[in-house]
Amino acid sequence: MEGDAPVVIPGVDGSNLVPSVVALDPVPADGGRPTVTVGNTARKALIETPERVIYSVKRLMGRGLSEIQEELKYFPFRLADDVQAGEVPRIQLGEMRFTPPEISAYILRQLKRNAERFFGSPVTQAVITVPAYFNDAQRQATKDAGRMAGLEVLRLVNEPTAAALAYGLDRAKEGTIAVYDLGGGTFDISILKLRDGIFEVQSTNGDTHLGGDDIDNLLLAIALDEINAEHGIDLRQHPSAVQAVRKAAIEAKIQLSSEPSASFDIELPNGDRYQRVIPRDVYELMIEPILERTAGPCKQALADAGITPESIDEVVMVGGSTRIPAVRQLVDDLFHLAPRGKKPHVELNPDEVVALGAAVQADILAGASKTTEEILLLDVTPLSLGIEALGGTVARIIQRNSTIPASATEHFTTGVDGQTNVAIHVVQGERELAENCRSLARFDLKGIPPMSAGLPRIEVKFLIDADGILRVTAREQRSGKAAEIEVKPTYGLTDEQVEGMILDSFDHAEEDFAKRLLIEARNEADTILAAVDRAPSNPAWKLLSSEEQAAIARAKAYLIAVSGAPDPRVIRAATLALDQATRRFAELLMDAAVSTAIRGKTMESAGEELGDAVTAPHPMAAAEFK
Amino acid sequence: MLNVLDSAVPVECWSCSIGQSTTTLFCPHCSKIQPPSGGNYFTVFSLTPHLNIDLAALETEFHRLSRKLHPDRFARATDQEKEWSLADTALLNDAYRTLKEPLRRTEYLLKLEGSEIGEEFAGKDKANPSRVPADLLEEVFELNMQLDEMRMARKVGEEDPALHASLTEAKNKFEAMVNDVDQDLRKEWTNWDQSDQTVRQSSQNKMVSLLDRRRYLSNLLRDVTETLGA
Repeated sequence: MEGDAPVVIPGVDGSNLVPSVVALDPVPADGGRPTVTVGNTARKALIETPERVIYSVKRLMGRGLSEIQEELKYFPFRLADDVQAGEVPRIQLGEMRFTPPEISAYILRQLKRNAERFFGSPVTQAVITVPAYFNDAQRQATKDAGRMAGLEVLRLVNEPTAAALAYGLDRAKEGTIAVYDLGGGTFDISILKLRDGIFEVQSTNGDTHLGGDDIDNLLLAIALDEINAEHGIDLRQHPSAVQAVRKAAIEAKIQLSSEPSASFDIELPNGDRYQRVIPRDVYELMIEPILERTAGPCKQALADAGITPESIDEVVMVGGSTRIPAVRQLVDDLFHLAPRGKKPHVELNPDEVVALGAAVQADILAGASKTTEEILLLDVTPLSLGIEALGGTVARIIQRNSTIPASATEHFTTGVDGQTNVAIHVVQGERELAENCRSLARFDLKGIPPMSAGLPRIEVKFLIDADGILRVTAREQRSGKAAEIEVKPTYGLTDEQVEGMILDSFDHAEEDFAKRLLIEARNEADTILAAVDRAPSNPAWKLLSSEEQAAIARAKAYLIAVSGAPDPRVIRAATLALDQATRRFAELLMDAAVSTAIRGKTMESAGEELGDAVTAPHPMAAAEFK
Repeated sequence: MLNVLDSAVPVECWSCSIGQSTTTLFCPHCSKIQPPSGGNYFTVFSLTPHLNIDLAALETEFHRLSRKLHPDRFARATDQEKEWSLADTALLNDAYRTLKEPLRRTEYLLKLEGSEIGEEFAGKDKANPSRVPADLLEEVFELNMQLDEMRMARKVGEEDPALHASLTEAKNKFEAMVNDVDQDLRKEWTNWDQSDQTVRQSSQNKMVSLLDRRRYLSNLLRDVTETLGA
């Protein structure tokens, strides 16, 4: 938070977004452990070494073997071949294997480092957002990932709720709002009532297998089929070629949000070219079945909240996929917006709004400011909690859309004389039969004093906490003893396993932290110095006045002088000064090469967006800090 | 995921040792949060157990208590206070969810008063499924025949407009019956709220059978709606 407003912390590359792409670098020459890179740099490796890269790991969190196998049909990753039934599946990445929470932890660690670089001090606590429709196992896996990354997870916040917080900080807002969140891999819809600073979620629904990835996969599949039909090449046998087509598909998707058509032009391994123009109306017909899948959850959420579309005062759009005009049209239709003279809210960047809301929630938890003092979030559990009863049916004990924390108390007894154990199977979901619901865990109540059948009275309390995660306590009422419970989570890691996967446990140590900041600062200095060394050979250099050239030379000399200093702040200040001095040079370069649209951005991020079209001669210093 | 709590209940406030309370969630003396103890959903809101309640006031009180009890307000408190905040808020939420819904509220109060009622009894006691109310026997028999016929026809892809019309008519009729039950229940609320113990007992018995009838009708309606909508 800066003053009253949350801000997004940029990464080293100056970008506000860290794409959830994780790549394993090649094995170092000395045979040591290869390093892991995250974000934009990892994305580059997708084309070169697709077998060492994983993305959209969120889709794999908290899932069992068969679910992941199903999911992987659409993604180029492989499961480790030694995966055993009942354990958390691991993904093969190059020569190493990782569970989804470990991969997620690498991303979280990168964000942690970005924040530490920003604040100049260690960051140890976090609020993490999850799709509202995440079940217990997916939430637990997310918390595990936080712990592995060296973060104490203060709260899991549902993404649509976080977005509502970001939009509704202004306490004057009252009324009923819907948050439509279509991201890369998941879809959520939440309906909230705002009153007196209380954000009360009325209902939520969604699909944790629906998002922009599905559009990418669809475009990709069509292109691959056409290439096969027209050129007789099955690109599916060439992973890096598939990634090149995927990249083109994503670019086409983005282009089709603003242009009337997009075109594919891809060079095939045999030298042929695959060329294809997709007009927007054709594209919209293709993706309609995908978008239409968001309608059901929206209607269910309205029904569960007991309201009609007309009662929705505002609709907030979240997630990159809501940039698609057809999505906006669908939302308009679902909530009858246009006839009421309303439009969905798109003012805040749909990729950042959730992070901004998480910052607001963190501020609430810290009790840190007047702005959030009166704000309180009351969220709900997305799925009903039930117990498997005789005959495999489900006895619901906590209904979906109950405000959390929520609890239910059930009583159990024995069926046989002298029985000392009782097993309880807890499931999550809306179906009538336990086998169609999501198995959460099997609880084994142990140490029941031997008595006649039906005599023990074991009280079990099920409590869903503020993170949406289940806790269970049990007590045998006749003896008053707390019953011992053994839990076998159906999916998920044990505490010991999580401990064993904690990344760089030295991360906490102050001196290591300072060392890391220093190394990062020196690397940044080296990068810009190398770029400035190359600058005079560029024609644009001659356009600078001699004063400007002299200023650059002075700033360069100063940076060289301090680059050996032990204080990272001194180096960073000098780096920043050199970046300022070369600002006009960077602009000249950009003017020469591209439209004015990207002016004001740092060279590196500009180069990133332009791909290979512009050979950015030097990545100027990265993110700017005030 | 797992946590076995020791829920021993201090009689006096754990913090100031002065305030003593068995039902409120805060110490009346020093206002510190207390573990949940005794009491019921009505006492959480300091309400007399009544069936007619002011829903707007209930919501306001729910928000006021949420602000004081919610785990978000205890992120920096001791572990013990965090646990109590969690348990208290769960109780508050359970209480609010139950009391704001007319049917849940009625069932809850009747249970407090010793009646055996509700889904859990209907569900657990499989040997004795909800009895068909006597006055409906014939109609229900007829309706079930039609529902079966409709499902059979659907299976082979046929649609009998006459059957559809007849089922829609039945649906409207049962919906009207549910409305009647709701009105009768509301009358009993006032009757129960304003009466002494003897009248209350008979009012209570009436409400139990009204709720049974309502549950039966709703299940029936659900079947009809599902079959019509399939």
